[in-house]
Amino acid sequence: MKEVKRPIKKVDGYGLVSGKPVYTDDLAPKNSLVVKILRSPHAFARIKNIDVSKAEALEGVECVLTYKDVPKNRFTRAGQGYPEPSPYDKYILDEYVRYVGDEVAVVAARDEITAEKALKLLDVDYEVLEPVLDFEKSKGSKSIIHPEDDYQSEVFVSSDPKNNIAATYEMSIGDVEGEIEKSDVVIKERFYTQAQAHVMMEPHAAYSYIDMQGRLVIVSSTQVPFHVRRILARALDLPIKKIRVIKPRVGGGFGGKQAIHGEPYVALVTLKTGKPAKVYYTRKEVFESTYTRHPMRFDVTIGADKNGKINVIDVRGLSDTGAYGEHALTTFMVAGSKVLPMYNKVKAVRFGGDVVYTNHAPAGAYRGYGAIQANFAIESAMDMLAYKLNMDPVKLREINMIREKETSPIFKIMGEGREGVDMIVRSCKLDECVEKGAKKIDWENKFKTKKEGKKVKGVGMAIAMQGSGIAKIDMGAATLKLNEDGSFNLLIGATDIGTGSDTILSQIAAEVLNVPTESIIPYSSDTDVTPFDVGAYASSTTYVSGNAVRIAAEKMKEEIIKAGAEYFEVSENEVEFDGKEIKAGERKITLKKLAEVLYYNENQKQLSTTGSYVGEESPPPFMAGYAEVEVDTETGKVDLLNYVAVVDCGTPINPNLAKVQVEGGLAQGIGMAMYEEVKYDKNGRLLTNNLMNYKIPSRVDIKKLNVELVDSYEPTGPFGAKSVGEIGIDTPPAAIANAIYNAVGVRIKDLPITPEKVLRALKEKK
Amino acid sequence: MKIILTINNVKREVEISPSEFLLDVLRRLDYMSVKKGCDTGTCGVCTVLMDGKPVLSCSVLAASADGHEITTIEGLENDPEFKAISNALLEEGADQCGFCSPGLILNVYAMKKELKNPSEEDMKKYLVGNLCRCTGYVPQMRAIKKYFEVKA
Amino acid sequence: MRLSSRKIDLAIDLQDAGLNYVKIESDELKIGGATTLGEIERNEIIKAAFNGELIKTLQAIWSVQLRNIATIGGTIFPRLGFSDLITVLLALNTDVVLYNNGRMPLEVFLEEKIRKDILVELAIKKENRKLSFQYMRNSFYDFSILNTAVSVDENKDFRIAIGARPAVASLAKKAMNYLKENDNIEEAAKIAAEEMTFGSNIKGSKEYREMIAPVLVRRGLEEVLR
Ligand SMILES: Cc1cc2nc3c(=O)[nH]c(=O)nc-3n(C[C@H](O)[C@H](O)[C@H](O)COP(=O)(O)OP(=O)(O)OC[C@H]3O[C@@H](n4cnc5c(N)ncnc54)[C@H](O)[C@@H]3O)c2cc1C
Ligand code: FES
Ligand code: FES
Repeated sequence: MKEVKRPIKKVDGYGLVSGKPVYTDDLAPKNSLVVKILRSPHAFARIKNIDVSKAEALEGVECVLTYKDVPKNRFTRAGQGYPEPSPYDKYILDEYVRYVGDEVAVVAARDEITAEKALKLLDVDYEVLEPVLDFEKSKGSKSIIHPEDDYQSEVFVSSDPKNNIAATYEMSIGDVEGEIEKSDVVIKERFYTQAQAHVMMEPHAAYSYIDMQGRLVIVSSTQVPFHVRRILARALDLPIKKIRVIKPRVGGGFGGKQAIHGEPYVALVTLKTGKPAKVYYTRKEVFESTYTRHPMRFDVTIGADKNGKINVIDVRGLSDTGAYGEHALTTFMVAGSKVLPMYNKVKAVRFGGDVVYTNHAPAGAYRGYGAIQANFAIESAMDMLAYKLNMDPVKLREINMIREKETSPIFKIMGEGREGVDMIVRSCKLDECVEKGAKKIDWENKFKTKKEGKKVKGVGMAIAMQGSGIAKIDMGAATLKLNEDGSFNLLIGATDIGTGSDTILSQIAAEVLNVPTESIIPYSSDTDVTPFDVGAYASSTTYVSGNAVRIAAEKMKEEIIKAGAEYFEVSENEVEFDGKEIKAGERKITLKKLAEVLYYNENQKQLSTTGSYVGEESPPPFMAGYAEVEVDTETGKVDLLNYVAVVDCGTPINPNLAKVQVEGGLAQGIGMAMYEEVKYDKNGRLLTNNLMNYKIPSRVDIKKLNVELVDSYEPTGPFGAKSVGEIGIDTPPAAIANAIYNAVGVRIKDLPITPEKVLRALKEKK
Repeated sequence: MKIILTINNVKREVEISPSEFLLDVLRRLDYMSVKKGCDTGTCGVCTVLMDGKPVLSCSVLAASADGHEITTIEGLENDPEFKAISNALLEEGADQCGFCSPGLILNVYAMKKELKNPSEEDMKKYLVGNLCRCTGYVPQMRAIKKYFEVKA
Repeated sequence: MRLSSRKIDLAIDLQDAGLNYVKIESDELKIGGATTLGEIERNEIIKAAFNGELIKTLQAIWSVQLRNIATIGGTIFPRLGFSDLITVLLALNTDVVLYNNGRMPLEVFLEEKIRKDILVELAIKKENRKLSFQYMRNSFYDFSILNTAVSVDENKDFRIAIGARPAVASLAKKAMNYLKENDNIEEAAKIAAEEMTFGSNIKGSKEYREMIAPVLVRRGLEEVLR
């Protein structure tokens, strides 16, 4: 392989590091109206009246919108496949506000100062309602968060809004109770994971204008341009053909931009005024009024025989989706479907529970997507099982984990929102990941060393899997177009949000065509220009969009050979194309020359091919994570000394970018494990609404990350590739918790693991 | 009110309001490399050099920058140090979404002038105010260490 | 400086008022009220002072970019509870010089309710004190959950300050007195923690602060006595 498996620089890298104007707000027309949103100060209230007259009268204000001015179409902001697995429970502006930060009214003015002034002039009269702030008490509470009678959801979502249930899921294989009964050793524990904020560095941003054909154009910092177009069409009552969505460079997403946020507000303002309009969320708005990770509670029961063979896993979950049901069902299902198959030798397995509404900021998609939550619970419980069995936790995994060419019945039963697909795991180097990781961290020695002193070291581990796209649902497409100089435009709906997908997709095209990657000019994404792609989520781009690019490039190769055959007037099987030249026997022509001929001289035509791909399977990447910590027993402070991650992501198309994906994922997982927590006061007001109070790990906190990618080849992936976007985030919470237990013998079962929790546990232990 | 700013060696007279921050003024003047990430002096994406020292442009009142020299990435494009730092980042793939990159590069640029033979820990502490959510910092530090080694 | 996204309508610029200096004068280290923390940490006098611990404290405050704009006046005058620098200055013999209210010890200033004034100068007694600053943070890049500073001179005169309780630092006078007659560090640390009041905020609970206060004080004492 020449272009693939090469650590080339990102194609857009120079533009980014040299600060070129490439992000949404850099590009917004200077005369855009500035859109500001008035947000609810109450966790739950009904708007009795809004007086907009003073705001409207303010010089420079062009438009004020309230719930009376918006189309009454319930929709979901979640950017997912269609029909949507999230309930249709949101208006653009509603008479009810369901969390502190929910949208009340919209102001557009000629500049920011005026818009902010106008917000203060809005007079709102609220009927304050009793909020539901504890997700464990939401189900069946007297307060109903979605009392509306036009609430809708697809049948398979099983929502029950009258009981505050956004979604429910149940599955069961085998005789769960019987197997628990028969087990020699049983672990039964409860775990909690917290709400986590994405904290992508670029806040949510969008602008809109009307084009020369009277169509609405939205430029947005989004992960899902095609879903944005579809959702806006529904919310705004516009035909899809009247909307164009363009995604420029995006300053990070991590799931937080897998939804619409500011788009409908700028769109409405543009539609009302005919003028360009832009919105740029403040960091406070990003925290208060976009998304968090779904906080979850798990009751895990594991039964094993005395030799460490696991017979049964039973998981009851409860998930908090906040005020709206975005990604409610699917994150919950992924909690089961992307963790449980790792233990595929069980005789019985059960997973189920509710996803409930509360009056907190809505939860949504976030890298790891349910899997990290359940990984913490199950991989912590596995550690507890190992100690109870008096068995090395590594050995326990080795006995029970999935291996290459094996399967799990869960693949078929659980998909995302719907049934999954049967598949055999064609590539799985999890065993190698576990073994290599243990060596790298020096597990043998460190696990067993005597633990004494005021500062104590310990090691812990966890294993993880994810998917590569959503099988049979998520489609990606790519178009290649030959230029007269022999270069190619690669038009992709796949959405580069910093991940480097433009680069690796170009590498895939170049590899197939046998041309240098520099000959490929990628462009993503624009719903008018690029073919459909679901977008950047579910770890799909490399695998799904990558396969689409591969297909498009293979077709292009055929087209070039066909054109060569016509040129030489021979049959196609006499023609060869090596990336530079087209040859028929002794005769040859360069690609560049042939392209020129095709443009201007003979048999003139545009060579252009499109490939589409939808996964028949979703091959999981795997990894083993090993943490080494040092615990200060007098203060509870935990230092993460080293984190070893050994990952099977198939062929890394670009080893540098793949590795950085893992490193970035690890840091976010470490953040969730040790530092980050969305906190509210007793009235539902967000306390962590800035970066001083919401702490993501800093450069000094991340000491050593040691990432290795093992050799692996996924036969269904482009050049053997699987995904790598999410897997890195999954293991740190459990591995770090397990390492702390190894060091000082205390088990923290709710995230994040703060010094305070560790110290309290140490005192209790004494 | 009117102030004088020397931005990337070009002297400009700029009309500002007394409550405006330097960040907003710079973006208004099309220095789009200066980003806005947090409003509370924490993320570092708004970093610029003021008289050669890194500062948070979101926290400097434009009025107090009157008479000072401001450097943004736009002003460093032909500077060999900029080329070396940015190339080191690109070679490691340490530019993911890139939103933190201009601010980080400016701070590395200043660090190079200020610290002699810094340890990795010294560097991390100097750069701690440049948050990055994409890379986990490690690839950035690999690149920055290489840059320091080559140049040392 | 912005601790919130609140817009600022009025600002007095002290930068041009000649309050920008670090110097030694009659056995005192004098710092002008408008000197930035960045200028202070780059100053050779400061680098050498108090076994290098003052500079360590400065460099643990937020970020280089912030320290280059934050002034010592803006850091001390608002008497912010989380301040690390106030705790350390309190453990030294520090006086503040105010434009209207004149000169007074830092501990007096912290107790007085002076609102409208200008901090013209800070005067730290240049004595041979060994200093130790200890703090508890979860992330390094954060405010301290609790901070303590301890110093001692050749005559075994101890000063112990505890801050970010979350209230602003104050001196642990009982513990300081205790150490005049005794040398049980463990006990002194306990006394220091017991004479203080602690509270809860987003960074940590009252109970946690109570648990770690004696630990940090003891570690500080150990360090200065080493
Ligand atoms: C994000 C952030 C993180 C921080 N982290 C830390 C930390 O970890 N540890 C720590 O100790 N501190 C920390 N600080 C505090 C920081 O040191 C102070 O906020 C900063 O020093 C203020 O300085 P300034 O010169 O910008 O003051 P300004 O913002 O200009 O002023 C602050 C206040 O002091 C008044 N003032 C300014 N100068 C004087 C003077 N000479 N006399 C009287 N009053 C005056 C002003 O009128 C104003 O009310 C942090 C601050 C921020 C914004
Ligand atoms: S914008 Fe975040 S520090 Fe200035
Ligand atoms: S590269 Fe995205 S924040 Fe640093």
